Amino acid sequence: MSFPPHRLELRGITKRFPGCLANDQVDLVLRPGEIHALLGENGAGKSTLVKIIYGVLHADAGQIRWNGHDTHIPDPAGARRLGIGMVFQHFSLFDTLTVAENISLGLDQPGPMDPLSARIAEVSERYGLSLDPRRHVHTLSVGERQRVEIVRCLLQDPKLLIMDEPTSVLTPQEATRLFETLRRLAAEGCTILYISHKLEEIRALCDTATVLRGGRVVGSCDPRKETARSLAEMMIGTELSTPERLPQGEAGAPKLQVRHLSTTSDNPFSTNLKDVSFEVRAGEILGIAGVAGNGQAELMAALSGEALVPDPASVAIEGRPAGHLGPRERRLLGLAFVPEERLGRGAVPELSLSENALLSGYAREPLVRSGLVHFGRARSYAERIIGAFNVVTHGHRAEARSLSGGNLQKFIIGREILQKPRLLVVGQPTWGVDAGAAAAIHRALIDLARSGAAVLVISQDLDELFVLSDRIAVLFHGRLSESRPTHHTSVEEIGLLMGGLFNHPPDEDEE
Amino acid sequence: MSAELALLGPILAAMLAAATPLLFAALGELVVEKSGVLNLGVEGMMLVGAVCGFAVAVQTGSSTAGFVAGAAAGAGMAALFGVLTLLLLANQVATGLALTLFGVGLSALIGQGFVGIPIADVPELYIPGLTDLPVIGKALFGQDALVYLALAAVPAVHWFLYATRKGLILRAVGENHAAAHALGYKVIRIRFLAVLFGGAMSGMGGAFLSLDYTPMWAEGISSGRGWIALALVVFATWKPGRVLLGAWLFGGVTIAQLHVQGLGIDIPSQLLSMLPYLATVIVLVVISRDVARIRLNAPASLGKVFHPDA
Repeated sequence: MSFPPHRLELRGITKRFPGCLANDQVDLVLRPGEIHALLGENGAGKSTLVKIIYGVLHADAGQIRWNGHDTHIPDPAGARRLGIGMVFQHFSLFDTLTVAENISLGLDQPGPMDPLSARIAEVSERYGLSLDPRRHVHTLSVGERQRVEIVRCLLQDPKLLIMDEPTSVLTPQEATRLFETLRRLAAEGCTILYISHKLEEIRALCDTATVLRGGRVVGSCDPRKETARSLAEMMIGTELSTPERLPQGEAGAPKLQVRHLSTTSDNPFSTNLKDVSFEVRAGEILGIAGVAGNGQAELMAALSGEALVPDPASVAIEGRPAGHLGPRERRLLGLAFVPEERLGRGAVPELSLSENALLSGYAREPLVRSGLVHFGRARSYAERIIGAFNVVTHGHRAEARSLSGGNLQKFIIGREILQKPRLLVVGQPTWGVDAGAAAAIHRALIDLARSGAAVLVISQDLDELFVLSDRIAVLFHGRLSESRPTHHTSVEEIGLLMGGLFNHPPDEDEE
Repeated sequence: MSAELALLGPILAAMLAAATPLLFAALGELVVEKSGVLNLGVEGMMLVGAVCGFAVAVQTGSSTAGFVAGAAAGAGMAALFGVLTLLLLANQVATGLALTLFGVGLSALIGQGFVGIPIADVPELYIPGLTDLPVIGKALFGQDALVYLALAAVPAVHWFLYATRKGLILRAVGENHAAAHALGYKVIRIRFLAVLFGGAMSGMGGAFLSLDYTPMWAEGISSGRGWIALALVVFATWKPGRVLLGAWLFGGVTIAQLHVQGLGIDIPSQLLSMLPYLATVIVLVVISRDVARIRLNAPASLGKVFHPDA
């Protein structure tokens, strides 16, 4: 029996960074036409490995064979010449350029703009990825931006397509459509290397999975024969405990009331909030779903006090109008918040953990006495957070940026929760956080709510919202849907709301 | 022909000449900033360009050689800036300010022996028929070649940025250097070339001042034009056409205030000398209040240090 040569074969790939071994003797075999999942926690070495395949990084040791021949991939252009395309997790797009210009930049022989635009229209039509080549990228939804990346790869007639966390920004319906496109590509013989945290979709989509842990391959399997739980346990190497959802107690008094909140902004890249109203009561978790860019950032800013709102009464904390108050005054009213960006908003990257603990905890802990910082208390406060939330770090002196995403997130959430807030607002609590840390964060949020605080979670991750929330509402184009009890709704229903199917008929050109 | 109309020709001609150094420097800086680099050393590069251009022209007797030397000296200064900021990852703002201070001192040092030396005038263009036209003839068709070169650079820079692939790549690098790097573009090389171009243009602007506009060498001859050029780029929202309008405005007010001074009106001359700067800044601030336009045209990576491995 003879097989066609493997599309790509990696043997003994090793890559060392200062202080860590990112890839250690990694072997990987990809066959023509297969959809191959690459699984692993953050820091397992997935990104490093695909960057080596795409020529962004170079391996210190090891062999790469392409269609049966030894090869060297000097740079991304070299990878593209071989027929390797990559869709990045954080899109490599240029906001102020048009779709056609963006695609042209990713091609080696783009030719003049007009024929290129025609080819873009044709290819996007063929794979059901409708796109207008003349639109500017900043006017596109996140799903449409991803199409730009995919079409850019498809124009090069790829033999291997690498997808790095492609669905983390998509609605469930958009993800389903993406899977159809990928299956079609695979049927035409293209190999797809698929990286994702979402185990259910890997089970639905992929033929084979390779699991990385700590830079090494720890196993491979047929994901269709595994459960999400068994896959997760392969990734983290231990048993996984999922947070128990206790039945909700009686919801108490409203802690946060938002009434007819609208915002205006000069920034053409932002989404204005339009007449948003909701309330969060003591003891409950309200989840706000929605695809990024539908007003989440603006809502976070309006709630935290980073942006003031014209009518003070439109944001009320513990019944008191707070729209005109800055972040400090709102904290004093009992609000705590965890922004979406860990580095730069949630923590100062260059400061130590104890200094970062001081930044939001100084008033309520209290870490400041007559204008002077009480460093001893700040240190013990930081150590309390590290202990209570199992933050892996070499101590309270570590710089915030030296922590992995999951550990820093645990630290930031811990910093807020230990202040015993009556109201906590969290954006994307487990974005880019691995399964173990995510479970710990979820448990902490649920415990906080059951202890009588009101919790608002703004997230794009529907699975997370269904684990956490008592009620779910959806933000779309700056408008908020009615909230519905989590046990009376489904992922499909929320997914449709995320596509804008409430109040208004769907836009004709939304498809 | 009335006396007023007779004055108009020379005023128009003088205005175009006064706008020229600004146009060179600002167009150069525009390309630099579009690539995502903020070089605050324009004033310094202009001064070094001015003194080197002047020195070479005096030694060789050729003003063409002077202009080339001015451009080369400006590019040399820019290369220094490029090595520091792009290769050694120094802070662009601090390095740019240092470059200006360095240029002020260096040009004074080189220029010591050249103060007060006369220099042959740069020949002006003469097109039979056109140059003889009444009023506008001398202004539009009787200038030095450098004035036309600066004007031609406006559409040329626009065409390069918005119609060529190289221009598209340059804008992409300025917009998002990480993405451009991920696509395989040589961010540092592209920026270095842009910085060199900007330096050469600033040097030319400086050489135009010392060889043609004044023509002589005096310490601090650029008298803040480098800073105005920087402001012009931002207020013109990185559009070459708007840079041209701003430069003309500056040139126009410069000449107008000179004439007012000449008329002997009782306003302190310092106040009048201030006017072109003030007028340019005010007008440009007013027309650039459209925040959306700035966001859409400003290079998003402007001034950010790019580290290829980060």
